[in-house]
Amino acid sequence: MAAFCTREQAMKEKNILLDHGSGGLAAGELISGLFLEYLDNPVLARMEDAAVLDNPGGRLAFSTDSYVVDPLFFAGGDIGELAVNGTINDLAMQGATPLALSLGLIIEEGLEMEVLERIIASIARACRYAGVEVVTGDTKVVPRGKADRIFINTSGIGVVPEKADIGANRIRENDVILLSGSLAGHGITILTSRAGLQVEGGLASDTRPLHFLVQRLLAEHGTAVHAMRDPTRGGLGTTLAELARAGGLCMEIEERDIPLRSAVRAACELMGLDPLYLANEGKCVVIAAPEQAKEILAAMRSVEEGKNSRIIGRVTRQYPGRVVLTTIAGGRRLVEPLTGDPLPRIC
Amino acid sequence: MKHIDEYRDREMVQSLCRQLDKTVKQPVRIMEVCGTHTMSIFRHGIREMLPAPVRLISGPGCPVCVTPAGTIDAFIRLAYRDKTIVATFGDMIRVPGSGQSLADARAAGCRVEMVYSPMDALVLAQKNPDAMVVFFSIGFETTTPTIAATVLEAARLELNNFCIFPANRIMPPPLAALMEDPALEVDGLLCPGHVSVITGSEAFRFLVDDYGLACAIGGFEPADILLAILALVGQVQTGQPDVENCYGRAVTPAGNQRAREIAEQVFIPVDSRWRGLGMIPVSGLAVRPEFARFDATVRLDIEGHEIEEPKGCLCGSILKGIHEPPDCPLFGTRCTPATPIGPCMVSAEGTCAAWQRYGGILHP
Amino acid sequence: MCLAIPMRVIEIQKGSDDLLVPPVAVVDAGGMHREVRLDLVDRMPEVGDYLIIHAGFAINCLDAENAEINLRLMREMAEKGDGDRPVIRKGQQRR
Repeated sequence: MAAFCTREQAMKEKNILLDHGSGGLAAGELISGLFLEYLDNPVLARMEDAAVLDNPGGRLAFSTDSYVVDPLFFAGGDIGELAVNGTINDLAMQGATPLALSLGLIIEEGLEMEVLERIIASIARACRYAGVEVVTGDTKVVPRGKADRIFINTSGIGVVPEKADIGANRIRENDVILLSGSLAGHGITILTSRAGLQVEGGLASDTRPLHFLVQRLLAEHGTAVHAMRDPTRGGLGTTLAELARAGGLCMEIEERDIPLRSAVRAACELMGLDPLYLANEGKCVVIAAPEQAKEILAAMRSVEEGKNSRIIGRVTRQYPGRVVLTTIAGGRRLVEPLTGDPLPRIC
Repeated sequence: MKHIDEYRDREMVQSLCRQLDKTVKQPVRIMEVCGTHTMSIFRHGIREMLPAPVRLISGPGCPVCVTPAGTIDAFIRLAYRDKTIVATFGDMIRVPGSGQSLADARAAGCRVEMVYSPMDALVLAQKNPDAMVVFFSIGFETTTPTIAATVLEAARLELNNFCIFPANRIMPPPLAALMEDPALEVDGLLCPGHVSVITGSEAFRFLVDDYGLACAIGGFEPADILLAILALVGQVQTGQPDVENCYGRAVTPAGNQRAREIAEQVFIPVDSRWRGLGMIPVSGLAVRPEFARFDATVRLDIEGHEIEEPKGCLCGSILKGIHEPPDCPLFGTRCTPATPIGPCMVSAEGTCAAWQRYGGILHP
Repeated sequence: MCLAIPMRVIEIQKGSDDLLVPPVAVVDAGGMHREVRLDLVDRMPEVGDYLIIHAGFAINCLDAENAEINLRLMREMAEKGDGDRPVIRKGQQRR
């Protein structure tokens, strides 16, 4: 369906005005000239109050997340891409293949139209890559100072394959712990984009959708996959601590098996940050039956986003409910959940 | 990473531990006074690797922990001034004074900026000519010259809206004060490696001469720390205390004179109160009168007041190594990293916080 | 109390003709680099040297020769199996 107004009409103002969220003409131009221009699909184009989707049958996964990242654009991604991939990944961690997304924007009056266009274009690109569509949306504009440029909420629904049974309750002693790639790329990139902390070279967010990797895993090894989590805020350390607590078992991991890019590591050393507690936006932890560890690792490595997958540890009963790390130097220590945001330190 | 990875090599570290195991013939109590040593020891799981007779005690080497609550309160009050931006190292953000922390002040609408370098605070002043930027000047000998250089740069640029709130401290005096405490039972001192970069290893010679204390300067990687412990065990067992420099790639006997001169241009030693330890003569630094225009305590109206140490808190004796964190009735119950009460919990590198974060149950 | 790491000099920037303006170096570790001030170093480093970086300043040059001695000593200690008094005093200190 053709948009009733052009991109040029929608973009005629340089900045977002309160009118763009009013539901009036300006709002219509924005939706039609910008959102439909980039996100065009038959369901969205009907522009009804709710999207109507075919019933895929079986179980559905449903998740929501909000994105308030500052800066909006960073090495390796931007808020738009993050908003698509983040919600897809929440669905994927339950084994679901994403079916459709909603897109809610809360925009601060005065946001440059060109910035909004870049974000919408990025959302469209991420959706195309992931094979998912935005089927319903909402835009609000708040007066200057009432929000920080733009906040995005996405919700998603996905279809869970019949044989998938994923949850911390399925973790068993002797299960292997796998990680789909190198740690802390997103967290360190956002942190070092702040004034004064800037470093250059080698740092980029790892934002990426994980459902292709998950589909591959479940198609080939469905029931052997016991639990999956994406270690976003709080990082791998907090994610494993949660899994250990939920399952009442001990997660034993090897520091030297945890992939870490050299620039990320150096930035962490410089600022006294522990990569175990920094956010990831395109990595997953998989806890799986030991009998199929090799095959599962091979399956994870067979997709681009999992090519650096490693087995990083094992589930034991040594310290129930805790995570124990064998350090690079061969010592052992507990990994407790994060308290408070990681801050750079000089001491 | 060159000059880091070599010193984390697992085979070498384990061999050093075996060597330590063979060497040690008697109980040896070693105090590490540097918070970065404490962090490294926990982070690499070094306590776990040591033979039982070697006991590590964490001393008062965290500049955040030893800053009195009253000093933090005074700085937080500066944040509430009109047209003021306060800047601080990330270490200080969550540390509570007697009530609020800087994070609380930020939530209440104050402009609190986190910086990695004191120079970033100066840049902040350049970018905000209408505001006064006040930098919380904390740290020991290592950090003090970086702040002094920043003040000199501010003077060169004739910046009128930048000043520092001085709370820097000097390491040797509290060590002497500790050694005077009859309750302290320490055989050897793992001397702070990066303080020694500036002061030189000979700055610790008085501990050998006056107190017969075994001293070794150690780097911060696991093999560095083990080498220094081996040296200390050797000194203690042969009864020949000395200052051994086990961090020769960074530390010389005389230290970095240029850095010291820059620090001395700006700062002058004064008596100073340490959280948990009390008043220690000539253990702190004030800004010299020549640089009064960069001294917040001169330029801005600051009322200081003393705060009583929290009741029941054992930080004072934990800083002296007389008690360990689990001995404290508040540890892990009322006093946690999320709700710190005592100075050793308030900073991430404080002894109690390190025990809490990296877990006590693996300790022998 | 003082977090600092060694980083390699990849560029020295003299900045301006004003001799009072302290030079700045770009240092690298693992592909990550940033600018650091050279106000405090007791000798001017060259490209390829390692500096010890703390709070945005180089607080000293790392002595590569002593690093070798340091490491050799550790390896010797590690290989030692006789349980004798470790002799690590000589050759440790810099000139």
